[in-house]
Amino acid sequence: MSKLLSVSDLRVGFGRNPQANEVVRGISFDLAAGETLAIVGESGSGKSVSALSINRLVDFGGGRITGGSITLQRADGSFVDLTKATEPELVRIRGAEIGMIFQEPMTSLNPVLTIGSQIEESFRLHRGLTGRQATIAARDALDRVRIPDAARRLKYCPNQLSGGMLQRVMIATALACNPRLLIADEPTTALDVTVQAQIMALLAGLKRETGMAMIFITHDIGLVAGIADRVMVMQAGQAVELGELDQILDNPRHPYTQHLLRAVPHFSRGLAVRSDFRRDLAAKSDPVLKVDGLTVRFPVRGGLFGRPTGAVHAVEGVAFDLMPGETLAIVGESGSGKSTTARSILGLVRSTRGRHSTATGETIAHRGTASMQMVFQNPYASLNPRLRIDKILAEPVVAAGGRADGEMRARMIMLLKRVGLPENSLERYPHEFSGGQRQRLCIARALMLDPSVVVLDEAVSALDVSVQAKVLELLIDLQREYGLAYLFISHDMAVVERIAHRIAVMYAGQIVEIGDACSILSKPRHPYTKKLISAVPSIDRRNEDFALDTRQIPSLVHPLGFEPAPVEWLRFGVDHMALAEL
Amino acid sequence: MSVFRAIFRHTSGRIGGVIVGLYLVIAFFGMMGLTPHDALMQYRVDRLQPPSWVFWMGTDLFGRDVASRLMKGIGQSFVVSFLSVSLATLAGTVLGLTAAWFGKRWDGLIMRLMDILLAFPAILLALLVITVIGPGIWTSVAAIAIVYTPIFTRVVRGPALSLKARDFVDAARTFGSSTRYILTRHLLLNLVGPLTVQVTLALAWALLTEASLSFLGLGTQPPASSLGLMLSDSRNLMETAPWLLIFPGLTIMIGILGFNLLGDALRDILDPKTRRAVA
Repeated sequence: MSKLLSVSDLRVGFGRNPQANEVVRGISFDLAAGETLAIVGESGSGKSVSALSINRLVDFGGGRITGGSITLQRADGSFVDLTKATEPELVRIRGAEIGMIFQEPMTSLNPVLTIGSQIEESFRLHRGLTGRQATIAARDALDRVRIPDAARRLKYCPNQLSGGMLQRVMIATALACNPRLLIADEPTTALDVTVQAQIMALLAGLKRETGMAMIFITHDIGLVAGIADRVMVMQAGQAVELGELDQILDNPRHPYTQHLLRAVPHFSRGLAVRSDFRRDLAAKSDPVLKVDGLTVRFPVRGGLFGRPTGAVHAVEGVAFDLMPGETLAIVGESGSGKSTTARSILGLVRSTRGRHSTATGETIAHRGTASMQMVFQNPYASLNPRLRIDKILAEPVVAAGGRADGEMRARMIMLLKRVGLPENSLERYPHEFSGGQRQRLCIARALMLDPSVVVLDEAVSALDVSVQAKVLELLIDLQREYGLAYLFISHDMAVVERIAHRIAVMYAGQIVEIGDACSILSKPRHPYTKKLISAVPSIDRRNEDFALDTRQIPSLVHPLGFEPAPVEWLRFGVDHMALAEL
Repeated sequence: MSVFRAIFRHTSGRIGGVIVGLYLVIAFFGMMGLTPHDALMQYRVDRLQPPSWVFWMGTDLFGRDVASRLMKGIGQSFVVSFLSVSLATLAGTVLGLTAAWFGKRWDGLIMRLMDILLAFPAILLALLVITVIGPGIWTSVAAIAIVYTPIFTRVVRGPALSLKARDFVDAARTFGSSTRYILTRHLLLNLVGPLTVQVTLALAWALLTEASLSFLGLGTQPPASSLGLMLSDSRNLMETAPWLLIFPGLTIMIGILGFNLLGDALRDILDPKTRRAVA
C-alpha cells in the first residue's frame, strides 16, 4: 500500500514564543489510502490541533508549526510537504484533496445562505462548475449522504434542518470534490446517540464507496471500535500509543490507554446496573417527589398581533415518583422534553398543567425550595465568575433566609472536603478550578441546604471521561451517605447504566417507557427504546455497521386547543411498563 | 491592581492614562484655586499679552491670565462631565437591568422611550432640555445626563439579557434568591467591565458636549470660566490674539483624545472577546 500521508515529528506551538509553548510535541504516523486512523484523547491533549495542522488551518488560530514534516501524496502522484507549502498552494489542496468536517454542524454553516448554495460553492471553486451543472452536482452530493428529497432541501436554510441533517450537509460539502483524505473532528459529539449512529453508518459506507482515507478525532473510545483501522492515543501533546485497533482495545500497553479504557463507561445492556437499592413495593413508603400529569406547553405566536396560534407540546402528561435514596434517570434525545421536565419541577419553567409535590407536602409554585436542588450541565456557566467560592456556596443559604456565620462556614468546609476539594478553595474564584472541580463545587453548593432531591441535568456530560468517572463515583457515595434521591437527566446510556436504579425514556415530550434499569436496558419494549439502545456504541461492536434510518421526529407543534389522545400502558413486569404503540 | 498594570502595558492605555491623570491633577488644582494667578483678576495694563514667563498662555481681552482660566475651566468641565456621566450611568444601569430582567411590556416601554431619546441629535436634545429649564451648570449636568442615559441603558441591557440566560442565574432562581440579589450580584457584577469602558468613552463625549453648550452660552455662565466659554469669547480675536483660541482648543482636543485612548485600552483589557489579543 502506498502512503497517502506521512507525518513525522510534528510539533505545533502557540503564542509569541511557539517553541516554548508547544501543544503538540512530536507526533509521527503514516496513513495509507483507504485507511482510517482514529486519534483519541481527552480535551487539551492536542488531538484537534494535530488534525488542524495537517490542512494548516491551525495557522488561522494562532498556531505555528515549529518542527517536523507532513508529506501528502497528491492526486497526480507528486509529494508535497504541507508544513512548507504556501497559502495559495494550500487553498488548492484544502477541499480538493483534504476535506474536513467539524464538531458543530449548527455553527459550521452560514445561516443566511441556503444549503444548496453552500454546497455549490465547493463545486464552483474546485471543479469550475457553474449554474445548472453546479446545482445538479449539489443535488447528487445530498443524495450521496442519503438526505431524502434532496432537490427540495437544496433551497432550505440551515435553521430548517436538524443537527443530524446539517452534519450530513457538512459531509456532503467536504466530499464534494472526492478528497482523498477526510478529517473528521469529533463529527458526532454534538449529536444525539441515535443520530450519531446514523452519521457513523454513513461515514463507514462512504469510506467503502470512495476508498478515501480518514482521520477520525474523538474523545469517545467506544466510537472508535466501529470505524477505525488503527488508533493513536494522545496525552499532553504526545502520542502515547499507536497501533492496530484490536491491539489497542484488547491489549493496551501504555498505562494511559489502559486508564482511558477503564474510565470509559462501557455499555453492557443492563448487566452493570446498580443493585444497592430495591424498590419495596409491598412496604408503602412515601416518595420524596411525586409528579403527576406534568404538562408544559409554549405558545407559538403568529399573525399581525402576535396572538397565540398554536403550542409546542414540550412535555405532555409526564408522571413518575422518586423514593429516598433512589436514582431515576430520564433519557432521551435533545428536544424530547427531558430538561424541560426538570426545569418545570424546579419552577424555572411554568408548567401548564399537572402537579408535583415533595415529601413535605408542599406544592412548588414558581420559586425553588430547599428540599430540591439542581446541578447544571455546563460547569463553566453555572458559577458566577465574579463571585468568590465562599459567596457562591453561601448563596442558597442566604436565599433561604439563613445567616452567614461560623456554622455555615463549617458546613462549607465539610462539604468541600467531602467533594474532594481543599479547604482554601473558599478564598478562590471559579476560574481557578478545572471543569471537574467546578462540577464538584456545584454539587457542594446543591448540598448546602441538605436537600432530599438533587436534579442532575446532564451533570457529567461536559466532562472528560476520566473526570466523569470520578464525579459519578462521588455522586454515588454522596447518595448512600445522605440518602439523596437523584433525578438524573442524560443522553448517555452508558453513564445512565452506571448510576440509575430506574429509567424513564422520553420521546417527543412523553415518557414512552419506565421501569427498573435492568429490565429497560436488557429487555426494551417500546420501539424507540430499542432504537436508542441499539444505537449506543461500545468497544465490543467492532467494524459493525449501524443501520441507516432517515425518519424524522414528529412535530411537537399543535394547533391551539389540541389534546393528545389518552395513552395506554402495557405492563411487562413488576416495575416495567411501556406506552402502547398506536 | 492588575487592571492598572494592564493599562500601563497597553500602548494607547499608557498614553491615555497619563493624559487623563494629568488633566485630573490640573482640574484639582483649578478647582482648589491653586492657579498661577487669580483666574478672575483683570490685569488692565496687560490686556491681550502673548504668552510670556509671567502669563504662560497670554492674557485675554480683560487682562485675565489664560493659563489660570484654563485650569479653572478644566475643573469646571470635569465636574460637569463627571456628574452628568455618573447620573447617566446610574439611570441607564437601573433602566437597562430592569428592562432586561422583567422584559415584556416594561422592556418595550423603556426601550421605546430610549429609542425616542436616541433619535434626537445629542446637542439638539441638550438644547431642548436647556430651553425648558433655563441655562446654567446644573442644567447642563441634567441635559448631558439625559442625552447619555439611553446609551448606558443599551450597553447594560444587551449583556444583561445574555447573562440572564446563563446557568448561574438559573441556579440562583432554583435556590430562591431574591431578585435584588440576582440583579446586583449575578448581573451587575458581571457588567462592571463593559460599564467601565462605556463610562470612560462617555466622559470624552460629555466633555465635548459641555464645551459645545458653553460655547453656545447655554452652559457655564460668565464670569466663571469653562473651555467652551473661552473659545466663544475669543473667536472674534482669532487674528490678533490666536493664543486665546489655540490653548483651550488644544486642551479640549487632547483631553478627548486621552479619554478615548484610555477607553479603547480598557475595552481591549476588559472585554473577554479581545482579551486574548492583549495577553
